[in-house]
Amino acid sequence: MPCDDRISRRQMIKRLAAGAPVALLVTVFPRLAFGGDRKPGEKRPLYAYAVDVSRCIGCCACMRACRAENDVPAGFFRTWVERFRVRGNGEVLVDVAATDGFVFKAAPDEDIVKAFFVPKLCNHCEKSVCSQVCPVGASYESPEGVVLVDKKHCVGCGYCVQACPYGTRFIDPVSHTAGKCTLCYHRIVRGELPACVLACPKGARMFGDLHDPKSHLSIFLRQRRYRVLKPEMGTHPKCYYTDLDLEVI
Amino acid sequence: MNYVFPNELHVTWTVMIVLYPYITGLVAGSFIVSSLYHVFGQKELKPIARFSLASAFVFLLFATMPLLIHLGHPERAFNMMITPHFTSAMAGFGYIYGSYMILVALEIWFVMRGDFIARARGGGPVAWFCRALVLFNTDDTPATREADHRIVKFLAGLGIPLACTLHGYVGFLFGSIKANPWWATPLMFVIFIFSAIVSGISVLIFHYFVVSRINRWKIDAECVKSLGRYLWGFMMVAVALELMELLSLAYEQTEATDVLGHLIRTRLFFSYVILQFMLCSLVPFVMLGITALFKLKERTAYLLIWLSSCLLLLQVLLMRWNVVVGGQLVSKSMRGFTDYFPGIWEKEGLITAVVIFTLPFGLLYVFHRLVSLFPDAEKLPEIKSGA
Ligand code: SF4
Ligand code: SF4
Repeated sequence: MPCDDRISRRQMIKRLAAGAPVALLVTVFPRLAFGGDRKPGEKRPLYAYAVDVSRCIGCCACMRACRAENDVPAGFFRTWVERFRVRGNGEVLVDVAATDGFVFKAAPDEDIVKAFFVPKLCNHCEKSVCSQVCPVGASYESPEGVVLVDKKHCVGCGYCVQACPYGTRFIDPVSHTAGKCTLCYHRIVRGELPACVLACPKGARMFGDLHDPKSHLSIFLRQRRYRVLKPEMGTHPKCYYTDLDLEVI
Repeated sequence: MNYVFPNELHVTWTVMIVLYPYITGLVAGSFIVSSLYHVFGQKELKPIARFSLASAFVFLLFATMPLLIHLGHPERAFNMMITPHFTSAMAGFGYIYGSYMILVALEIWFVMRGDFIARARGGGPVAWFCRALVLFNTDDTPATREADHRIVKFLAGLGIPLACTLHGYVGFLFGSIKANPWWATPLMFVIFIFSAIVSGISVLIFHYFVVSRINRWKIDAECVKSLGRYLWGFMMVAVALELMELLSLAYEQTEATDVLGHLIRTRLFFSYVILQFMLCSLVPFVMLGITALFKLKERTAYLLIWLSSCLLLLQVLLMRWNVVVGGQLVSKSMRGFTDYFPGIWEKEGLITAVVIFTLPFGLLYVFHRLVSLFPDAEKLPEIKSGA
């Protein structure tokens, strides 16, 4: 009996060894050659985002749209709008809108010499440090360059929240997993725009495919000077800002 | 002007994450004391060698508890070992922790095998348990003891780098977060190792005095004085490292200097400057210095060493608090600070923290009932009333 046993085990190993290259060919080769589910020759999109700061009027329609679309838990934000006001003496006042938007005074009583709004969201960094630090790989980059969280795998340790230099992540109090902007992944894979982009009445928020030279975003980025937030972090953000003041961090 | 990013109003890492490096620090520190005896032959530490190993073990058993309470999905905790994502510093935790646990358990087993065998004689559930513990091999001869001793020495030696890895690694978890200016320093893991040793020695001194008092045991003067000297030395290095870190921060005048200076002067002034540095570093430094350099009456020296150990235990806890919580108070907008204080009754609150911290002491007591952790302790002579 022990002899038979050994033979069958050997056979098993042989079969496995023979099967491995076949399995490899079947699963890996088409992916290498055709890029998975894409048609041959078709280039995968690389999604990115841009904000034209000079166009934002601080209406916060984007924030409301995001909340409605993505069921964002109260007290947390996938996107928000910051208001910067600079006084004559150089002092900078920054605040963020509550869910309903900013409270504007009819006649400002402060000596404000400059004011502007800056929408913020996850930068879908090319070298996303949040994905790097996730101990279980629940934070990951989709093939289209969108940084996502696998809610079924996330352990809710919060390491990614600590690691993101932009404060765009949070631990969702309902699912107890990491929450963040997904660029409305469920919409963009259907060819629709993210809710915030669609809601912005001034076209201050833009979304598009960097691999497509004819996309709205690619054309915009060719025509304008832009920068990213905290480039010194080495995260290579893919959210590009035009007309951004030095004050914005 | 106080502006924080809106998601930063909620502090993600609570007092549980303060407790986690604190407890692993106690593990590493206690283990190193036991290795000073087993590997480096510091004979005067013999009275406390077993106790320190047992302390390392029980603290290690509870080190993951605050983490599990903190995780949003503790039932998925093993994902870290089943599907580790090796670019993450945190992914190594399970492996490092697991291998250290095996090593400490093995070392305890070999150190106490003789005692387990002695307890295994006779009947009753405890004897049965001990028989199972020694795998039903009750051979206890000079030759087996010699073999056990050699293995213990090897394990204790191997354990030192592993203890440093375990705790240095915890420091690295914080030190490698480039987004947080209060954490991101390569010195972090050295600081963590030294503060771990300080807390480990302190908890042993503290505990040794308490149990000796309760049981009316004679305190081993050589052992305590030696521990006091080690404590003095290690605390000097630990505090000096932290001060160096502060000095370079202040001197470099980077973007972070302003905001961190503000943090220290305002939010952390009491817990960092007054408590951690003034009360809990300077005072024990002077007290331990006096006991090391001058000849004092035994009672006075003991009192100073014990008080220092209490203060240093608190110092390391404060250090963990100031690192973990302090770092999260600074907004990544560099324009303000958020607030945090744990609730008393909440899931990750103060009561939970106190309970988690007391459990290891309870387990140590059970352990001691099973096999004596102070086999050489002598009873003080009875003082007869009216004599
Ligand atoms: S902005 Fe933060 S959460 Fe978004 S990809 Fe970059 S590091 Fe990750
Ligand atoms: S909270 Fe979730 S996504 Fe974030 S690091 Fe932890 S496991 Fe990964």
